[in-house]
Amino acid sequence: MAPTAVADPDSGLTGAELAARYGLTVAGERPTLVGYTKQLWSYRHFISAYANAKLVAMFATARLGRVWQVLTPLTNAAIYYLIFGVILNTQNGIDNFIAYLCVGLFVFNFSQTVVLGGTQSITGNLGLIRALHFPRAALPTAVTLTQFQSLISAMVVLIAIVLVTGEPITLQWLLLVPALLLQSVFNAGIALGMARLGSKVTDLKQLMPFVMRTWMYGSGVLYSVDNFAENLPAWAATLVEANPLLVYIELVRHALLENAPLTSAAPRLWLLAFGWALLAGIGGYVYFWRGEQEYGRG
Amino acid sequence: MVEQHEISPGVTSTADRRIPTVIADNVHLIYRVHGAASGTTPVATLKRIVSRAPQANVREVHAVKGVSFTAYRGEAIGLIGSNGSGKSTLLRAIAGLMPTNRGAIYTQGQPSLLGVNAALLNDLSGERNVVLGCLAMGMSPEQVRKLTPEIIEFSGINERGDFASLPMRTYSSGMAARLRFSIAAAKKHDVLLIDEALATGDVRFRRRSEARVRELRAEAGTIFLVSHGIGTIRDTCERTIWLESGEIRADGPTGLVVPEYEKFMKK
Repeated sequence: MAPTAVADPDSGLTGAELAARYGLTVAGERPTLVGYTKQLWSYRHFISAYANAKLVAMFATARLGRVWQVLTPLTNAAIYYLIFGVILNTQNGIDNFIAYLCVGLFVFNFSQTVVLGGTQSITGNLGLIRALHFPRAALPTAVTLTQFQSLISAMVVLIAIVLVTGEPITLQWLLLVPALLLQSVFNAGIALGMARLGSKVTDLKQLMPFVMRTWMYGSGVLYSVDNFAENLPAWAATLVEANPLLVYIELVRHALLENAPLTSAAPRLWLLAFGWALLAGIGGYVYFWRGEQEYGRG
Repeated sequence: MVEQHEISPGVTSTADRRIPTVIADNVHLIYRVHGAASGTTPVATLKRIVSRAPQANVREVHAVKGVSFTAYRGEAIGLIGSNGSGKSTLLRAIAGLMPTNRGAIYTQGQPSLLGVNAALLNDLSGERNVVLGCLAMGMSPEQVRKLTPEIIEFSGINERGDFASLPMRTYSSGMAARLRFSIAAAKKHDVLLIDEALATGDVRFRRRSEARVRELRAEAGTIFLVSHGIGTIRDTCERTIWLESGEIRADGPTGLVVPEYEKFMKK
């Protein structure tokens, strides 16, 4: 019954035929999009543990430890307030300029750190990627999650600033939650996309700080972009108004501040915010998934 | 020169029918190294970009060149060869961690690479690294909770005081390697790839880890073992593949291949 090595029925088959006969699969084959999503979901504990670990590691060597999570946004706000609010006195007709400024800074900073972290999430973890098998999308997702936690502490600081500067607590404050959630989805998508780009184009790491600074000037962090409309052609002004980060910043201002000037009407902003989150989230995820096999090569 | 051996493998297989678990079909592996150029000036780099010359600071290393073999269930296969012969790269490709440039590797299930290179987070405590490592291998949080004390106990890092709660950057290289091995060895694997994992740690830990590998071997379908310790290969593997400069020099029973290799290395 047992075939001997000489009369092996498998002899003469090519590798692929032999593999097909015994149900072997190609090593490291990319799963389907649905399969990949399921895999990613089953790694949710890893993602959250990794995000927490990164957060702890970030402040591990500092004596004040995680107090820096609150101190960093506070210091940032203090510096910008000193320069723009006190020395240059750029109020630009905005009531409560300090709160206006802090919203812009904190919301923008959330996207900035996620984009920069996402760009390096593959290249900076090659050791881990080459050693263990897990859906790679876990890494940029974890970056988003880590920064989301920083955002929450920044928001606590922000709310304190907003209250101290005399804004009333209204029901509108609840809009903060959907605005930040939409921004998180947008950020996660961008982080995924940048992670794949960054793994291919290693110069991106050097380039991204400039891209982000340009983006910051176009997002109305330090001033209202209404100033742009006066100096730019109409199409460029429309482009600036559709800028996703401007949209998210304006939504948070709309939620927290009573008299903040908006560039577009609130319903339009919500529509844009939703559209950007959907586009970046799905686009970034699919784009990242298509490169899944390649990340180990470096 | 030693001629290539064409010895039919799997003589020791006890199964009626030999079931393949890993098939490598003319595998080529090339990896890119960024920042390999030495002493380039900004002017030279600009000139290169303008003249569209191939990137000088990206070098391609053709690590594995046309390797074919079939591994069967129940086999333990040793991979030997001098440093830089492509052994570790081949293991990574079998584990699906590195895509093949040409040819294909077929595997049964998901092979696991048990290496000492698994990068962990140095700023975190050993205990947290254990949890992260286990989650990364796809364990559930309950399993991880149950296994964590066992893994720390096995690694023996707590033999000199409570090191498990200290950041990993304070560990000696031997301790870190022991912890990594212990994490990886905590899981059962279908196809197990062991990369120099046994060469770490002191004698006592090596004995313990060898025992663990034998256990894993009993549970696993197929084992690949990369080692420079010929003794380990002799003890664990009945079949040996000898790689030299990315090509298979010999593939056959350990008793035949290893003496040839030793002769080659003495030259």
